[in-house]
Amino acid sequence: MNFRKQLNNDARISVFFLLPSLIGFFLFYLIPFVIGTIYSFKDGAVGGTFVGLLNYKELLASASFLKASSNTFWFTAINVPIVIGISLLLALCLHQTVFFKNVIISSFILPIVVPVASIVMLWQILFDWNGTINSWIVNLGFTQIDWMKSEWSIAVVSVVYLWKNIGYNMIIFLAGLQNIPKDYYEIAEIEGAGRFFKFRQITLIYLTPTMFFVILMSIINSFKVFRETYLIAGDYPFDRIYMIQHYMNNMFASLNIQKLTAAATLMVGSILMLVFVLFAIERRYRKFMS
Amino acid sequence: MKRNHLIRKWILSFFLLILAAVMVFPVVFTLSNSFMTEKEISQSYPSESDSLQDINAHQESFSHLKIIPEQFSLEQYKAFFEMKQSFIDKEQSNMKFYGNSVLMVFPIILGQLIVASLAAYVFGKLKFKGRDTLFFVYMVTMLMPFQVTLVPNYLIADQLGLLNRFSAIIFPGIFGAFGVFMLRQFVMTIPYSYIEAAKLDGAGHFTIFIKIIIPYIRPGLAALIVLLFADYWNMVEQPLIFLDDPSKFPLSLYLSQIIQNNRGVGFAASILYMAPMLFIFGFAKKYLIKGIQLSGAKD
Repeated sequence: MNFRKQLNNDARISVFFLLPSLIGFFLFYLIPFVIGTIYSFKDGAVGGTFVGLLNYKELLASASFLKASSNTFWFTAINVPIVIGISLLLALCLHQTVFFKNVIISSFILPIVVPVASIVMLWQILFDWNGTINSWIVNLGFTQIDWMKSEWSIAVVSVVYLWKNIGYNMIIFLAGLQNIPKDYYEIAEIEGAGRFFKFRQITLIYLTPTMFFVILMSIINSFKVFRETYLIAGDYPFDRIYMIQHYMNNMFASLNIQKLTAAATLMVGSILMLVFVLFAIERRYRKFMS
Repeated sequence: MKRNHLIRKWILSFFLLILAAVMVFPVVFTLSNSFMTEKEISQSYPSESDSLQDINAHQESFSHLKIIPEQFSLEQYKAFFEMKQSFIDKEQSNMKFYGNSVLMVFPIILGQLIVASLAAYVFGKLKFKGRDTLFFVYMVTMLMPFQVTLVPNYLIADQLGLLNRFSAIIFPGIFGAFGVFMLRQFVMTIPYSYIEAAKLDGAGHFTIFIKIIIPYIRPGLAALIVLLFADYWNMVEQPLIFLDDPSKFPLSLYLSQIIQNNRGVGFAASILYMAPMLFIFGFAKKYLIKGIQLSGAKD
């Protein structure tokens, strides 16, 4: 009874505290999202009639949409494992005693706060046709590579992504490593476990909850790479780095609302699916742990 | 054995230091180049249009990375401050773009700190039916890229008469779910006993919020300030969509124009652009690390 009263009391005060956030959240996020989904089934934004899946059909027939979504997919699929691998490795190195630890950690998280717009010039100087990297390549006796206008462009964008995101993941892993009780390793040592065994059976297992979060964050941040791509290569970059956000922005510019909202809805669907899959795996894993 | 260990430690530290140097290189490079004269810049880094796109490489037309200026000069900074950008109906100094950025980013940070800390208290410490479902909805929207709600957001901004005004960017920024998520992680580390004790002393929820919650989550607020600043100081998508008038652009967008048209002042402009960010980073680094680590902690 008392608990119930407390619940009611909390509920009333909750509304009061939550109200500012709720109003804004509904107005600027939730309602637009619902409206967008509805538009994706109509033939015109305002006052259109429902056309079922027609917009989706047209969207899936559009070559540039397929190109953009496959680019985004592959960018994420390749770079997320790389960024996680490198940041985990760095966290393991920094978990031991090293000299200049604070300086090293600060340097790795610095890119989080460095605006990409301010280093675009360095990127251009490095990767232009007449850029520094090409001058090295020529000196080594190879032919120049047109970095931003070839298959290599995706690698250039990946470097920016790695540069920006390694530090963030690294310090989350570092916190995860610090939370693993030391006696686990001591017990394993007494029982004569090898290094690799300890890493696989203790470190990786106990790092798994952290891992889920890092995977999720890395995926989200891989979508944010559009900013970098846009600043380096503009509205219509080379085919290989034409991302789904470029597509959506360009659909917006050409007022093709149907395709845009359909693409957005598909993207939300994929992200939701991903979140649910990750959560389902995590739940399974928790059961397995206990 | 002990000596071996020490050698290993040195090698590892050395290796990590090299990697760390690579990470900070872009900043160091930009800073040192900002002290070159415009002439030195254009000689060292001929832009794409200056040199013909030859199939055959000419060694002299390559851009060679240069770290140490031949002669130290503040010419670029001076030129940046004096430069005027002309638009159809007016001329505008570069500092105006700085002001644009500040006028958009500060209200967002201030607003989100207030709105999010109130909401974080609810999600972290109060109980009501459907709380966790609602929080899940918040989380999901946090994951969505900006483009997903582009059209309806645009229409709503239009309805509210916000288009081509800073408020079209400020309001969605204030209500972003990231702050709620991050501060909730901090609120959850507050022991219930603190709150119970305050209640026994007759404190109401608002007093608890001001006297207990806010002081306790101060490191979280600091971390949030840095992360929000980093995110919005660097924004590209929102101003591109919501602002028609290029004279209202924030530095992040304007800078790419400067770089295209006038590489000579680009480095100084970049340094002035990232300076506030670096300044805050220096002060709040400790909290930033703590904040990011807590954001990854499981509840």
